[in-house]
Amino acid sequence: MSAQLAQYLLTGLTVGAIYALVALGFAIIYNASHVINFAQGEFVMIGGMATVSLANAGLPLLVAIPVAVLTAAAVGVALAKFAVEPARGASVVTLIIITIGASILLRGLATLVWDKKLHALQPFSGDQPIAIAGATILPQSLWVLGVTLAIVLLLGWFFGRTLTGKAMLATSHNPLAAQLCGVNVRFVLLLSFGLSASLGAIAGILIAPITLTSWDVGVMLGLKGFAAAILGGLGSGTGAVVGGLLLGIAESLGAGYVSSAYKDAIAFVIILAVLFFKPSGLFGKKSAERV
Amino acid sequence: MNWRTPRTGGLALLAAVILLLPLALVNNYWYEVAILIGINAIVCVGLNLLIGYAGQISLGHAGFFGLGAYGSAILSARYGWPPAAALAATTAGVALIALLVGRPILKLKGHYLAMATLGMGIIISIVIVTEDRLTGGPDGMSVPAFTLFGMSLAGERVWYWIIGGTLVGAVWFALNLIESPAGRALRALHGSEVGAQVSGIDATRAKVGVFVISAMFASVAGSMTAHYSGFITPGKVSFFHSIELVTMVVFGGMASTFGAVIGAAALTLLPQLLTVLKEYEMVVFGAVMVSTMIFFPRGLLPSLMLALARKRK
Repeated sequence: MSAQLAQYLLTGLTVGAIYALVALGFAIIYNASHVINFAQGEFVMIGGMATVSLANAGLPLLVAIPVAVLTAAAVGVALAKFAVEPARGASVVTLIIITIGASILLRGLATLVWDKKLHALQPFSGDQPIAIAGATILPQSLWVLGVTLAIVLLLGWFFGRTLTGKAMLATSHNPLAAQLCGVNVRFVLLLSFGLSASLGAIAGILIAPITLTSWDVGVMLGLKGFAAAILGGLGSGTGAVVGGLLLGIAESLGAGYVSSAYKDAIAFVIILAVLFFKPSGLFGKKSAERV
Repeated sequence: MNWRTPRTGGLALLAAVILLLPLALVNNYWYEVAILIGINAIVCVGLNLLIGYAGQISLGHAGFFGLGAYGSAILSARYGWPPAAALAATTAGVALIALLVGRPILKLKGHYLAMATLGMGIIISIVIVTEDRLTGGPDGMSVPAFTLFGMSLAGERVWYWIIGGTLVGAVWFALNLIESPAGRALRALHGSEVGAQVSGIDATRAKVGVFVISAMFASVAGSMTAHYSGFITPGKVSFFHSIELVTMVVFGGMASTFGAVIGAAALTLLPQLLTVLKEYEMVVFGAVMVSTMIFFPRGLLPSLMLALARKRK
C-alpha cells in the first residue's frame, strides 16, 4: 500500500467517524419519531463552540466538555418538547421545515451568544504527528477514532442490553404496541433528542481542534451526516456507521485522486449512484406500501 | 361564469392586485421588492404542483433556477446569442436535464427523495462555483440586458410588468393543469400511489412530467432574474435558496396555487421588514418559521379558508 493511499485512508476515516456520529444522531431520532432532524448539525456547532468558550473562560477541558455536551442535550430536549412534539401528526415536509427553522434559530442564537468568528480548540494531547505505514496521523485523529469506537460499542450495549434501550427499539418498530406494553413513548422521544444532541456535540468537540469551529460549521456537517444516514439506510445503526465511514473515505480519496474542488460533490454523486441501485440505502429495510 | 372559483375570481383578483400595486410602490426599492416577490412566486407556483399536488418533495429546485439563470447568462454573454433564443434554449435544456434526472430520482420516496434532490441541487451549485471560466465562479458574472425586436428591456418599471404578466400566465397554467385529467392523476398519486396505479395511472410518467414542468418554471424565473438584475451570483443556486423556496410553498399553503403566491410574498417581505432588528434577524426569522408551521401546519391560506368556512356555518 502506498504511503499516499494510506494517508488518504487515515484522513478519510477520521472525517468519516465524525459523519458516522452525526448520522447515528439522525438514525436515533428517526427511529423514535420518524422525523428527520435538520437541526442535527447545530448540535455539532453547539458542542464545539460551547467547549471553546468555556475553555477560554479558564475551565479545564475535563469540565468544559461535559458541560458543553449537557448544554447540547438540553437544547435537544427543548427542541423536541417545544418544536417537534406540538407538531405531531404534521406532514413530512412540514416537519422538515420546522427543524430547518429551528436550525436557523439556533444559528442566530449562536451569533448572539458567541460571535461570527472562527475559533480553534487546543488538541487534547498535543499536535505531534505520529507515523503509521509511511503516513502520519494527528493524535487528535486517534481521539476521534477511539471515542467513536467507544460510543458505537456503548450504543450497541445500550440498545441490546438495557431496558430503556430496548424500549426505544420497540417504539421504533411500532409506537402503539410499545405504548400498550407500558413504554412511555413521550419520554422515548425526549430521550432520543437528548441522546442525538449529545452525540452531535461530542462529534463537534472532537473535530474542533482539527478543522476549527464557528457558528455555521453545522450546516455542511449536518448535510453530510444526513447523506451518511441515507447511504447506510435510514434508521439502521450499522448503516449509519458504515455510511459515515464510506462517505469520509470516498471524499478523501476523491479529493486526493480526482479533484479537490469537487470534494463535496463526490459525496453526493455517490449517494445518487447508490440510491439508483438500492433505493433504501445499503442496510435499509425494503418498504412495502399497504393499500 | 362563477366568480368564486380560483380559476376565474382568484385569477381576476391576482391580476387586479398586480395592476393596482404600482400605486403603492413609492420608489424603485419597492419595485425591486415587488419584482423579487413575483420571481419567487413563479418558482413557487411550479414547485407547488410537485409538492402540494403530486406529494413529492424537492430540496434542489434552486439548482434549476441557477441552471436557468446561468444558461441564459452564458449563452448571451459568452456566445453572443440573442437573449430570447438563449432563454428558449436554456428552458429546453433544463427540461431535458430534469427529465433525465427525474426518471431515476422520482422512484425514491420520502426522505430518500429529499436526499436525492438535495444532492442534485448541491452538485449543480458546486459545478457552477467551480467552473469559473464559464460562470465567473463565486464572484458571479454580468449578464447583458434582454432585447426583443431591437428594443432593450431595462429598468424596474418595465420588468415589473414582464414579471407580473408571467406570474398571471404561470398561475393560469397551474390552475388549468390541476383541473385537467393530468392534474387529477397527480392528486390521486398524492392520496395513494398504489391506488392510483391500480386505477390505470402511469405513476412514474405523471411524477416525472410534473417534475419537468416545475423545473421549467424555475428555469424561466432564473433566466428572467439574470437579465433583469444584469448580474448573477451562485448565492441564488445554494441549498439555502432551495430551502427558502420549499418554505414559501409550505408556509403559504400546500396544494393551493394562491397559497404559494402568498407564501412567496410573505417570506420575501419578512426579511426586508426584519432588517431593522439587525443581529436579532436570524433568531426572529427562525422563530416565525417554527411557530407558523406548528400553529398552521397546512399553511397560511388553507388554515385561513378553513377558519372562514367554519365561521360561516
